[in-house]
Formats: sequence, C-alpha cells, structure tokens
Amino acid sequence: MTKIYTVLLADDDPDYLFQVAYYLRKAGFEVMAVESQAEAEQVIARMKPDIAIFDLMMESDDSGFILCYKLKRKYPEVPVILATAVSRETGITFGLSGGQDREWIRADLYLEKGVRPEQFELEIRKLLKI
Amino acid sequence: MAQLKILVVDDEPGIRSGVARILGNFHVTYPFMDEDYTFNILEAATGEEGIEIIDREMPDILLLDNKLPGIQGVEVLEYVRKKNYDIVVAMITSYASIDVAVKAHNDGAIDFIPKPFTPQELKASIEQITKQQYLRRITHKLKVEGRKVRFQFLSVLSHELKAPLNAIEGYLRMMQERQMGDSLDEYASAIERSLQRIESMRNLIMDLLDFTKVSFERQMEKMQNVNLKELVSMAVGTVSPYAIHKDIQFVTDVKGCETIWADPNDFEIILNNLVSNAVKYNKPGGTVTVTVDCTENEFTIAVADTGIGMNNDERDMLFEEFSRIRNDKTRNISGSGLGLSIVKKVVDLYHGVINVESAPDRGSAFTVIIPRSQVSNLKTGI
Repeated sequence: MTKIYTVLLADDDPDYLFQVAYYLRKAGFEVMAVESQAEAEQVIARMKPDIAIFDLMMESDDSGFILCYKLKRKYPEVPVILATAVSRETGITFGLSGGQDREWIRADLYLEKGVRPEQFELEIRKLLKI
Repeated sequence: MAQLKILVVDDEPGIRSGVARILGNFHVTYPFMDEDYTFNILEAATGEEGIEIIDREMPDILLLDNKLPGIQGVEVLEYVRKKNYDIVVAMITSYASIDVAVKAHNDGAIDFIPKPFTPQELKASIEQITKQQYLRRITHKLKVEGRKVRFQFLSVLSHELKAPLNAIEGYLRMMQERQMGDSLDEYASAIERSLQRIESMRNLIMDLLDFTKVSFERQMEKMQNVNLKELVSMAVGTVSPYAIHKDIQFVTDVKGCETIWADPNDFEIILNNLVSNAVKYNKPGGTVTVTVDCTENEFTIAVADTGIGMNNDERDMLFEEFSRIRNDKTRNISGSGLGLSIVKKVVDLYHGVINVESAPDRGSAFTVIIPRSQVSNLKTGI
C-alpha cells in the first residue's frame, strides 16, 4: 500500500487555498487547508504533516516565518515551503530586524505565488523525495 | 552630545592652532536640534595633505585657506564637489579676489571668513554652518524615509492587486483544463468567486484614485459653498441599494448652518466612506445615524451605527493603509482597506480630527471635527 502524504497548507486568500488544495488532492495528497496562522498552529499542535506550505503574510506580516520556526522546532525533519506574493525587486523586508534573526527561519524553499500548480507539485515531490 | 569633525587647511600653524583653541570648547545649540554639537579639530598644512585627510576621515566641515603652497584651496574645494562629499566648506582667506570668491561660491563654499578673524567671528560662522549642515541632513533623511514609505505602500499595493489576479487566473485555468468535469454547472462557484474578486479590484482602484487625488491635488479653485444637507442626502442615496438589501434605516439631522466653504469632493469622500462603512458593518435591520452640526468655530460630522463594533486593538489599526479587521463577523465583508486612511488624510488637510468610539456587538460612532477658520488656510498636500 503506497503511503499517502499529508500537506499542511495555510493561506488567507480563500480562492488560492481552494485552488491549490483542489489540485494537490487530485494529485493524490491529503491536504489540511487552513486560512490563518492561528489555525495552522492548532494543526501543528495536534499532528505532524509530511510537508507544509505557508503563505508569508496572514494575520501578521511574518506569519509564514513564525509558522516555519514553530514547525521546525517541533519537527525539524518536515520540509517547509514559504509562498510569497511580494516580488524580490522591491527589496522590502517585513518585520525582521536583520541577518541574525533569519538564522532560525530555515525554510526549505521560497516559491512565488503566481507559480503553476504543476510546478508546485514538482517541488513538493522533490522535497519529499518521491 | 554629538561631535562634528572640522578640518582646517592652512599653511600658517598659528591659524591652525588658533582655530583649535577657539573651537575646542565651543558648543552649538539650537531649539529644534535634539543634541548639542561639539567639535573635533583636524589640521592640514597643504592642500594635498588636506585631500588625504578628507578621504580618510570624512570631516563634516572644512575650513579652507585659498593661498596654499601646492594646490590651491579652490582646487581642494573642486575635489570635494566632484566627489560629492557631504561636507560643508567655508573659505578662510586673506586674499579674496572677486574671481576666487565667485569660483569658490560656484563650487559650493557657503561662507567666507576673512583673515584676521576674531574668535567671535569664527564662532558665529561655525554656528551658522552647523545649523545649515543639520538642516540639510534632516531634509535628506526625510526624503529617504519618504521614499521608503512609498516603496512599502507600492509593494503592499502590488500584493493587493496580484492576489485577485492570481485567483481569477487560477479559476480560469481550472475551466480551461476542465479540471472539474465537462459541465459548466460544476464551475458555478468558480465563476461567482472570480466576479467577486473583480469587484474588489474595481473598488480598490477607485479608492486608489481617491487616495492619489487627496495626496496630490489641492487646488484652491475647487473651493465653494457646499450644501451639507445635499451632501448627506447624496451619501445616503449612494449606499441605498445595499442598505435596502440589509434593511438598514437612516436617521439624518443637519443643523446649525446650511453651507461650508470647502472642496465638495473632500466632503463627499468623508461622508461616503463613513456612511458606507456604517452600512457594511451593520446588523440586518440596524440603524445608521448621520448628524452634522455647525457652531461659530467648528463643524462636526458624526456617523454612528448599530453594528458589529470593534475592540480596542481593532480600533487602533483602523486608519492604517490596507488595514482591514479580520474576524468571524467580518468574513464576508469586502473592502480595500484604504477608505479610512483616505478619510484621515482629508481630515488632516483641513486641520481637523477624527474620533472613534466603539464596542463589540453594539456598534461604532465616528466623529469628524473641522475648525471653520482653518478652511481658508488649508495645507497644500501631503
């Protein structure tokens, strides 16, 4: 019996959440789709996903970073993808004071939100090594 | 206490030690500067030595003699100008021909201190120079910060516009690839959501136009006698389809004066935003109360509702750009997050204040107070 992988997906845009969850479920993943940092924290307290995808900005400008930190502190082996809609060119950092703070936010991948669902799936499979 | 570096370039050792002695214990203070300035004196006997010290130490102020053994003072000045260093330069010179004076002035020297100078003369010049330097730096800092703030605004804005575009594109691709089957019925909610996201983008763009208008257009020609009763009726009328849908009642009361001297567009913005919010955040069957009151000194616009209200944390974020309150009660309420920040900008332009009182589940009351005398004395923009 092949293993079914669980994806924890957090994003406050309900349409984006619906579309990505729909696509991943069709691709055979089990998806826990939540709309806020708070709900994502509740899930992390209850169970261990195989991989997590966090939107960067939800209730707080740093929600994605905070969730990444909390998840990795509890389950360091679970890969984390941070999805960002902010283009790199603006060079704006949200809330973090500098290089030192970033030490503990080791996301495995940063993905821009316009990316095609197929590419998303590819990156997930790469990180899960499947 | 802050310390400024002064480099004195003069081939006469007496002059150099004189400057060091006079300015060694000198303080400059000025009411708006938050700290006292003292001075650290550096010395150079030639232009070449001067340039070397400039490159290495980056002094804040340069006292430059023109007649030097090697390269002349004006050449040092030219060097500083070419390198675009943030250094204020004063020429101390006993040979001030018109040509030299003009050239030095053109190259950015801001003062001339003719030799021999008394300690008082030197101190007076240095005091002026220090204040100028301070003002230049503060202005530059504010410009840079202004740019940063604009960048932040633009980046949040591009995020707010990209999100609905990505969502709509996602739904269209699902349809293009028939991901939910061949029947159009399966895509009813995808189509509905796309239309809603388009509506929200349209609202955002309209609000943005208001925002830029308020920020950049401040034309005195638009001032006229504005009839407040009409303005209130128009605001209520604009929002009436939505109000009917939610069965909201309006109570309006305009007293004290018929007209005020203002730009009608500004007051439309204030009333439309406050009244529209009062309906949006209201409970079905609720009431919106709009009152306008004029006294000799000020007029007051108050808009109150019997809606979902907010707690203190939510109220504190209210006037920030793109800030929207997100909780279970506001889940289905759309908005750009710019409305109240625009209202606040307009109120500020009229030297007014806006207050909010609110309690969760009981409703909110917004009060705008504008001083009447200030209306002829409007700020000219942000």
